[in-house]
Amino acid sequence: MQTNTTLQEQRKAPLKRNDPPAVQAILILLTLLFFAIFIFMPLGLVFAEGLRKGVAVYLEAIREPFALSAVKLTLITAAIVVPLNAVFGVTAAWAISKFSFKGKTLLVSLLDLPFAVSPVIAGLIFVLLLGTRTGFGSWLGDHGIKIIFSTPGIVIATLFVTFPFVARELIPLMEAQGREEEEAAITLGARGWQVFSRITLPNIRWGLMYGMILCMARSIGEFGAVSVVSGHIRGMTNTIPLHVEILYSEYNYTASFAVSTILVFLALVTIAIKSLMEKNVHNHQPTQH
Amino acid sequence: MPPYKSNKRHILPGFGLSMGYTVFYLSAIVIVPLATIVIGAFKMDPQAFIATVTSPRVLASYRLSLSTAVFAALCNAFFGFLAAWTLVRYRFPGRRVLDALVDLPFALPTAVAGICFATLYSPVGWMGQYLEKTGIQIINAPSGIVVALIFIGFPFVVRTLQPVLVELEPEIEESAQSLGATRWQTFRRILLPHLFPALLTGVTLSFARAIGEYGSVIFIAGNLPFKTEIAPLMIMTKLDQFDYDGASSVAFVLLLISFSMLLVLNAVQRWQQKSYR
Amino acid sequence: MKHFHRHTSRLTAGIALFSSLLGTAAQAAPAANTLLNVSYDPTRELYQAENAAFAGYWKQKTGQTVTINQSHGGSGKQARAVIDGLEADVVTLALAYDIDAIADSKLLATNWQQRLPQNSTPYTSTIVFVVRKGNPKGIRNWDDLVKPGIGVITPNPKTSGGARWNYLAAWGYKQKQTGSAEQAKAFVKAIFKNVPVLDTGARGSTLTFTQRGLGDVLIAWENEAHLILNEFGADKFEIVAPPVSILAEPPVAIVDRNVDKHGTRKLAEAYLNFLYTPQAQEIIAKNSYRPRSAAAAKKYASQFPNIKLFTVKDLFGTWRQAQKTHFSDGGTFDQIYTP
Repeated sequence: MQTNTTLQEQRKAPLKRNDPPAVQAILILLTLLFFAIFIFMPLGLVFAEGLRKGVAVYLEAIREPFALSAVKLTLITAAIVVPLNAVFGVTAAWAISKFSFKGKTLLVSLLDLPFAVSPVIAGLIFVLLLGTRTGFGSWLGDHGIKIIFSTPGIVIATLFVTFPFVARELIPLMEAQGREEEEAAITLGARGWQVFSRITLPNIRWGLMYGMILCMARSIGEFGAVSVVSGHIRGMTNTIPLHVEILYSEYNYTASFAVSTILVFLALVTIAIKSLMEKNVHNHQPTQH
Repeated sequence: MPPYKSNKRHILPGFGLSMGYTVFYLSAIVIVPLATIVIGAFKMDPQAFIATVTSPRVLASYRLSLSTAVFAALCNAFFGFLAAWTLVRYRFPGRRVLDALVDLPFALPTAVAGICFATLYSPVGWMGQYLEKTGIQIINAPSGIVVALIFIGFPFVVRTLQPVLVELEPEIEESAQSLGATRWQTFRRILLPHLFPALLTGVTLSFARAIGEYGSVIFIAGNLPFKTEIAPLMIMTKLDQFDYDGASSVAFVLLLISFSMLLVLNAVQRWQQKSYR
Repeated sequence: MKHFHRHTSRLTAGIALFSSLLGTAAQAAPAANTLLNVSYDPTRELYQAENAAFAGYWKQKTGQTVTINQSHGGSGKQARAVIDGLEADVVTLALAYDIDAIADSKLLATNWQQRLPQNSTPYTSTIVFVVRKGNPKGIRNWDDLVKPGIGVITPNPKTSGGARWNYLAAWGYKQKQTGSAEQAKAFVKAIFKNVPVLDTGARGSTLTFTQRGLGDVLIAWENEAHLILNEFGADKFEIVAPPVSILAEPPVAIVDRNVDKHGTRKLAEAYLNFLYTPQAQEIIAKNSYRPRSAAAAKKYASQFPNIKLFTVKDLFGTWRQAQKTHFSDGGTFDQIYTP
């Protein structure tokens, strides 16, 4: 996931290599067509269906207690998952980018693993590991610790699914930055924590924020894995995507799209923050390549 | 990449702590849970395992998942390239909005995407009503699965290509053209080879993501045995019949495919990094 | 490596911190006046009404306020969740086999079906057809489903409990008619030739038929059929009752292990027994399930067309046997899909 889109191109003013206007027009039209079919139509549909029965029905659907509890659970989950994975991402990126050791390639591959694993498998493994059929799961159950089919299970499955995003964002960034600055500080007598908080953290803050935003977007929207471990108890273990599915299968078509608009809205906000941030990423690390 | 390969003694502190935490957290969240599938598969009677994963229906589902993922990845290679090229090199109103919306498939829950596509392409939907007349079937057909997978994988191709396209030195093209190369020749001989590693990385990412995709596909696929039943659905089907071993076996093979995809991805990326150094 | 050891103490601290983070999220057991009813898809509306009625009844009787949480989903999925640790106090599923599977993992007694009246099924239903208004394809009976050009919508029997009832209803009709299991199999195979999509659950099929406009006939629970007319308009769809169908018996049971753990056995028993009371039977009939009580059945007789009903026991033995013959891997359903 190399997501470093830059807006630097504006500075380069690529006038000389511009394609002929006809080619440009055709390619832009093709792109617009693709976006129309694959992006704008689903987006439009969500709003059209959500508002089909009017604003009153729409508002009622998103203010209904079960919808609110789903929003709450989703936000709680994201609030736990994003910091945990951010701490991990920074730690892993520190270990991988600042030191050389054997097996680095394997370690980096393993970090990516959750990205390629089917969400269904992501749910299945936690059912197999923590479900009461197994020794560990039944031990937990006997001691009154509920993980699966309650909030912790949803959190863990989400942790798995969003695992690589922060680390993936930071490793190339920190590798490109090298370690001269930190080493100089150490030689000058700075303590480890000081070096990290005064030098490393400011250098990576935009990349870190960016990774956290990706992580948040994914944790809000995860469906497959969470669906397997949730238990679907209304008002207790339903996240927004699960609530959407439940409304949908209750023939509450309009409400399901209305609640979907919350997700679309969250997605759009995330995207907006992200594009704002991209400017900053590149203003602060202009010499990355 | 790191500039000090020979430097064995680390001046910087925190290797033990950061490495220990990385390995611990990785094990707790990823390795140990995934090991349950591997252990489960190995604990099974080998014959039962082989019988499960080579049963015609399961094989058909692997074939379908792989072929639709390949097809979607190829489509994304084209559309992703197109979008990245247009967004980076051309100026037109609304470009910034399009650029931001590239990430929508990544942020939109897969179930919502699935419901949307199923509704759009149904015989009474916005798209379906016209397609119906032309006889093109999207819903309940492999082409529907491809549509969902194109959506899912699109951002990965665009986002890997964009930075490389931006970094392209204008001099390369200019010198090629001053030497008398046509625009198309410049594109084919100079630009495409240069962009290819990044394109391949993006396509591999979108392919890896597509093989395991479930939420968006089941709503539009039709789920007919041998025809439109994807591999992750086979896992779900087996689970719903309390066949934990069967589900683990199918999952194990899918996991092997994912892992080999990652190894390929890693190789591709190292190649990409080398070629852009 | 030396370097590593120096930091093991900090590493342990890290592990401890992480574990405590997870630990704090673990929840306490639910209070004794809360029940979790794990049910299948079509009963959402029914239990919404029943739970409200029971809460009122319980308040009046004991003065306690009771909360009943609901979880709905595909019947097999729900049973598996309970097996894997979803702490249901009562399960109310689509077919006995799913509760048998829970009993197999020792969460409740294997004789669960004898513990409540009428095979532990306080309500029954049957399988009917839903067609588009005016019945343009003239579908009247099971035989019409195999005609060429008829699109039949039914979910996947492997993942949906309702679909298994559909399957057995079709099979039983032909077997009763011809007396031959072979012909029944060929008949079911012919029906599935007309099935363009196999949704994973009954509700998915309904939406495929109603919202996406696919197919000419939906095979569905009788109660779902009535719900479809209410939700999507009696001006768009109509119900066709075949002359012969299956008596669907969705059973209910207490999950012993969980009620003992939660201390909710008394409440759970009262809840399930409540379903047999006149008040609850009335709600059952209003939600288009066939009530067990003669009084309610008589009162709402006009709502339920006279269909000749056979039971699973009549034709297929126990649910375990039916499951093994037809729906397990290699069963008749797999056979009819073998190319």
